[in-house]
Amino acid sequence: MDWSEAVTRVLFEHRDEKDVHTFEGWKAVGGFSALEKALKMKPEEVVEEVKAAGLRGRGGAGFPTGVKWGFIPKNTDKPIYLCVNADESEPGTCKDRVLMEDLPFMCLEGAIIAAYAIKASMAFWYIRGEFDLPERRMRAAIETLREKGLIGKNILGSGWDLDFVIHRGAGAYICGEETGLISSLEGDKGQPKIKPPFPAIKGAFGCPTIVNNVESLAAVPWIMRNGASAYAKLGTEKSNGTKLFSVSGQVNRPGVYEVEMGYPLRDLLENECGGMKRGRALKAVIPGGSSMPVLPAEVALQTNLDYESVQAAGSMLGSGGMIVIDDSQSMPELLKILGRFYSHESCGQCTPCREGTPWGSRVLDRVADGAARPDDLETLERIARFLSGTTICLLADSLAMPIRSFFQHFREEFEALVPTEAGEKSGG
Amino acid sequence: MTSQDGKMSESTKTGVATPALKLSADAEARIDDLQSRYPTKKATLLPVLWEIQNSEGWISTEWMEYAARRCDVTPSHVLSVVTFYTMFHQQPVGKYHVQVCRNICCHMVGAPDLIEAVESRLGLKHGEVSEDGKFSLEHVECLAACSWGPVMQINRTMHENLTPEAAVKVLDGLE
Ligand SMILES: Cc1cc2nc3c(=O)[nH]c(=O)nc-3n(C[C@H](O)[C@H](O)[C@H](O)COP(=O)(O)O)c2cc1C
Ligand code: SF4
Ligand code: FES
Repeated sequence: MDWSEAVTRVLFEHRDEKDVHTFEGWKAVGGFSALEKALKMKPEEVVEEVKAAGLRGRGGAGFPTGVKWGFIPKNTDKPIYLCVNADESEPGTCKDRVLMEDLPFMCLEGAIIAAYAIKASMAFWYIRGEFDLPERRMRAAIETLREKGLIGKNILGSGWDLDFVIHRGAGAYICGEETGLISSLEGDKGQPKIKPPFPAIKGAFGCPTIVNNVESLAAVPWIMRNGASAYAKLGTEKSNGTKLFSVSGQVNRPGVYEVEMGYPLRDLLENECGGMKRGRALKAVIPGGSSMPVLPAEVALQTNLDYESVQAAGSMLGSGGMIVIDDSQSMPELLKILGRFYSHESCGQCTPCREGTPWGSRVLDRVADGAARPDDLETLERIARFLSGTTICLLADSLAMPIRSFFQHFREEFEALVPTEAGEKSGG
Repeated sequence: MTSQDGKMSESTKTGVATPALKLSADAEARIDDLQSRYPTKKATLLPVLWEIQNSEGWISTEWMEYAARRCDVTPSHVLSVVTFYTMFHQQPVGKYHVQVCRNICCHMVGAPDLIEAVESRLGLKHGEVSEDGKFSLEHVECLAACSWGPVMQINRTMHENLTPEAAVKVLDGLE
């Protein structure tokens, strides 16, 4: 593909326009025409349109959005709920913040269309407790749309009613996991629940529920306006459309960028991010948020940014939280931070996670701090094994994947910190 | 000691328990509104706890009992929820609650130096409150501002791209 041509903007199409964060500003760029169009269609037709667009969930798992909507049981007599996942707490990820701050009405328009498509009567905007401006913007946006009659009874004469409330979290990473989010919404500790049943069948308050990430829903107005095939034309064969990447680390222009799926990682770093800061060389990249496997520089620079390519390279696209690691960083030190984070955030329900993440964290601490014991690396490998695939949610794997990949690619750095049997550090 | 004595004499004298706590009329009305819209009363527990903390600054045992009554749950359930979520305070925090991100992205661009500068300026470590009650300090996990690190959030205001000097200046500028 010829990437020298301007990359089509979907989510950020209107980001730079004046006052686009206000109701009038969003309306001036064609806002709410997608909602009008959707409300003239049958809900099932909206689901089909989003399916045909090939939009995949941007919260991390990449599951096709329209397909998920289609799992809502037909003719259920229970209320149906939409939960917007605005918990954004995977380290490295700060894209939903930008969407909510800059384009709150676009996000909300997408959410209302989604609610209509799944026939929801009530929607919750679950937002992390630390967010300030994003929460104020979303609260104000919901109030405005209530006044304008775009939330409430008989929206645009369609006969369909929707209530919408903001539900503010209170500082717990695990509430980003969809069933943890539901527990938190129900007034409990944010502890994930065993799947199945999946939320689409039995979710919030025991009723059919769809949980979608902000970025997934934010793409829906564009899809409705421009048509599924216009969206499906963007990106690669299996990864359609565009994706936001929030880039952090020692690059010249860290920030949140929208690129077409399949865009080379190298180009994102060199063009959008302006390359590495002076005197720094690229060492590694975690492409999709801190729980995803790390890629060494030479592999990362050959990778394109779509679900399949990143997976083939040995990692995952995840949330698009791209952590760029330069040569001044110590990998054991970074892994120690991740160990501390994931053990701190374990909800404590599953024994392997409750016991294994703090144990892993203690061992990582002593390795990084120069107090390693001879068999610590083997211990960590053992912990990573028993953290994988044994728990209710993926938080335990979220520490196992970094441990494994850091060891796979940067083992010498860890070995240098571990004493040999004779009590000497092998790295001298 | 005095308050306990006072409470006891009050209830023995009159035979009536101390009047139930109440939030401001506005806050009570907001809670009523939410409870008419949420599918269950229990689901409004987080919003109710936020109303309490916004009004009182922290959540005491008495207020947990209030939340339990308001949401039809047991006080022990409220306690388990309050302790689960890191943003709910069970003790007063400073007038300025300073939160410095210690996670991976901020770490790579200078969080350790930032934390050191803030700690030495405030004379506080993680989890401490200054004697005059003006400041409290907390090291926090990722605040979803990773592209603009290192970051520090004071109450709800975010400060981005901080050098240690800039952070100290922000702190010194607080009344
Ligand atoms: C430990 C853990 C944390 C998660 N955190 C988030 C999050 O902060 N935001 C988010 O949108 N999805 C998060 N997810 C993914 C959600 O469980 C869910 O898949 C997603 O919200 C579905 O929306 P989507 O299909 O639109 O991506 C997390 C998953 C796990 C296992
Ligand atoms: S894996 Fe960890 S965070 Fe997930 S449910 Fe089990 S204990 Fe909780
Ligand atoms: S790591 Fe500090 S804001 Fe994300």
